Amino acid sequence: MNPDVSDISDRPHNDDASDYGVEKVDVSAVGKKKKPESQYQKRIKIHPKRVHGTYRTLKWWVMGVTLGVYYVTPWLRWDRGPNAPDQAVLIDFSAQRFYFFFIEIWPQEVYYITGLLIMAAMGLFLLTTVMGRAWCGYTCPQTVWTDLFLVVERFIEGDRNARIKLDRAKASAKKIFKKLSKYLIWLLIAIGTGGAWVFYFADAPTLASQLINFNAPTTAYITIGILTATTFVLGGFAREQVCTYMCPWPRIQGAMVDEDSLIVTYRSYRGEPRGPHKASDTWDGRGHCIDCNQCIAACPAGIDIREGMQLEYINCALCIDACNTVMEKVDLPQGLISYDTLRNLAARNVKNGQKTKAVRPRILIYTVMLALVGLMMAYVLATRPDLEINVLHDRNPIFVTLSDGSIRNGYTFKILNKAYQRRTFSLKTEGVKNVKLSIVGAATLAQSSPPVFHVDPDQLRSFRLFVAAPPNVVTADTTPIRFVLIDIDKGTQAAYKSIFRGPKR
Amino acid sequence: MMAERQKTTAPHEVETTGHEWDGIQELNNPLPRWWLWTFYVTVIWSIGYWIVMPAWPLVSSYTEGMLGHTSRKAVMAELSQAKSAQSKYLDRIRVSSLEKIRSNRELLEFSLAGGRSAFMVNCSQCHGSGAAGFKGYPNLNDDDWLWGGSLKSIQTTILHGIRFNRDEKTRQSPMPRFLLDGILKESQINDVAEYVLSLSKTSADAAASKRGQKIFIEQCAACHGPSGEGKAELGAPRLSDPIWLYGGDKAAVVTSISNSRGGVMPGWRNVLAPETIKQLTIYVHSLGGGK
Repeated sequence: MNPDVSDISDRPHNDDASDYGVEKVDVSAVGKKKKPESQYQKRIKIHPKRVHGTYRTLKWWVMGVTLGVYYVTPWLRWDRGPNAPDQAVLIDFSAQRFYFFFIEIWPQEVYYITGLLIMAAMGLFLLTTVMGRAWCGYTCPQTVWTDLFLVVERFIEGDRNARIKLDRAKASAKKIFKKLSKYLIWLLIAIGTGGAWVFYFADAPTLASQLINFNAPTTAYITIGILTATTFVLGGFAREQVCTYMCPWPRIQGAMVDEDSLIVTYRSYRGEPRGPHKASDTWDGRGHCIDCNQCIAACPAGIDIREGMQLEYINCALCIDACNTVMEKVDLPQGLISYDTLRNLAARNVKNGQKTKAVRPRILIYTVMLALVGLMMAYVLATRPDLEINVLHDRNPIFVTLSDGSIRNGYTFKILNKAYQRRTFSLKTEGVKNVKLSIVGAATLAQSSPPVFHVDPDQLRSFRLFVAAPPNVVTADTTPIRFVLIDIDKGTQAAYKSIFRGPKR
Repeated sequence: MMAERQKTTAPHEVETTGHEWDGIQELNNPLPRWWLWTFYVTVIWSIGYWIVMPAWPLVSSYTEGMLGHTSRKAVMAELSQAKSAQSKYLDRIRVSSLEKIRSNRELLEFSLAGGRSAFMVNCSQCHGSGAAGFKGYPNLNDDDWLWGGSLKSIQTTILHGIRFNRDEKTRQSPMPRFLLDGILKESQINDVAEYVLSLSKTSADAAASKRGQKIFIEQCAACHGPSGEGKAELGAPRLSDPIWLYGGDKAAVVTSISNSRGGVMPGWRNVLAPETIKQLTIYVHSLGGGK
């Protein structure tokens, strides 16, 4: 069948015109067209209102602790002896070392970081399963710094109504002064934030004096500059826009929050029907929500929690505090808005409805995974040797015949001395008999047999090592050989299995 | 699977695009205005970028930008930075004796690295990247040296080369072409070859070897020594070890005696800087056979 024909017959008909074979064209004349709606929307500025209550107090504490940890950590000292830095937490890029209290990580041990990241992810998943976006609402730096910037804003410009009024007011000396002093304090906080960051990467007291005397590395100034700018813009202006438009976490989280997660909920069964209420009126036949909109005014994301969980929602619970204050005033029990799960809410409507259980498979799985990775890392860390060797057999040439007929193999021999002391080692081999060991530049490195050499504290040292065996002991083209490095003072050993190559037999 | 269908639709009436998957609708929210401004800022940034950085291709060149940045220049800057970082070592290497370089850990490690890189560029073509050599090109890893394996000898060899006619100080060791020049007959050469092989205990013909010994003492011992131990001053190889430059089988030995062999190595005096040659010397010496 001709596809064109079927095509035409399937085409929707226009009843008026099709009889005459005239098609109605979907077009409108110039000037008749409606003005299209804007593709872009101006940000609706949010002026969160100050609230008092349990969750606000909790958030003050969390803010104090997180900011304290951030600013104080680089200044903590940790004595590692004379041969290592005494900064408790230090990421030393130039020396390629990461120090965290008693832990020290070399570049080849980055898997610790992988483990930490897995644990961070699992921890976040677990927290989300239990408490929804609690990370966002309490501990996310964006939330903490926005909260801090809001404190400044409120201190200078007053609470919500005063701020709205000031924003609407025409420019005056007073307004400019208020705005400028707010920006100035913000800027100082921003500089402090960027400034604290760089102390994690260098000895804090030294860097601080360098920064003040303007002889710190350029990178430090650039880093401070960038972080000052981002802190100032994100904390002062972008605020909830970061969570709504920029952060990927809310998208991931949408998939992890379920009906058993504790989220901020409006108990509509109790609140509805809502409406204004006079003190003399009865509460019978109506809901407890007096529609005062205090919950919206308190919300740093500007949403109405009574509409349920939304994209902008961050689980910060300030609306709970706002509503509880109101409930106290109207002499009703608190908790119209409170932490609850969707399953618990639904259970009210059904007979013998299933409530959320504290222990759920998801929680168990995340906890077990978290514990497993944590235990594994703790084990690896606890058994981390302070001495390691790596022996790399030469590939070209794989062996050399010497003039007396003996066979010599070359190795690159690496010693990782992870202790903070200079150590003296001797080396022996097992598996090939009567070998002669020699090290390149042996005149300075070793004069004795077996060779004895030193490795500086917390350093890697690489040698070229030659092992020569008489022809009669080299009976196969590949013989296993084992290198044993012995710490002369402590007796600690490190061993490495390699091979000794000879001519094909 | 919300247990209770809470009112979860957006609070404002929002137009949808008409797309729907499993009950999830795609809303058509307007983009934030500042997002648009961010886009304009990047456009403005790109204009600034055109002005300061190379940007537009022209017919035979390109706009160079105010900063005059090119990746070639950046590499050159990096190279000169590396050179100046190396210079403090190179200056010391220039004035230090080879023994002194070798006994100083810092200079030794620097020379090993620098020598290795110079070797890879200039020497590996003949001697191999592992310096194990090929037929006619000596293996530098073993302890058998044609011209001596001391630091001084190795340095002299690198400086002046072997049979390198453009350098009057080059090493020369003409071995007579015993057959081509009519000094020995084929049967005599066969006997000498058997004797030479017997020195490394690989001869198969004891009688011929015995006859060859006499000829060897007359014709060869002056350079190679009475028992074939060789003489590094003359560049005469040791014949009593299992290491052969042109092969240790009888045919190869016969050819060597009949036609004489002598490889050529260029001198590097006029090509490489003295400090590079010093580093090369240290490196070659470190390969395992240095004396």
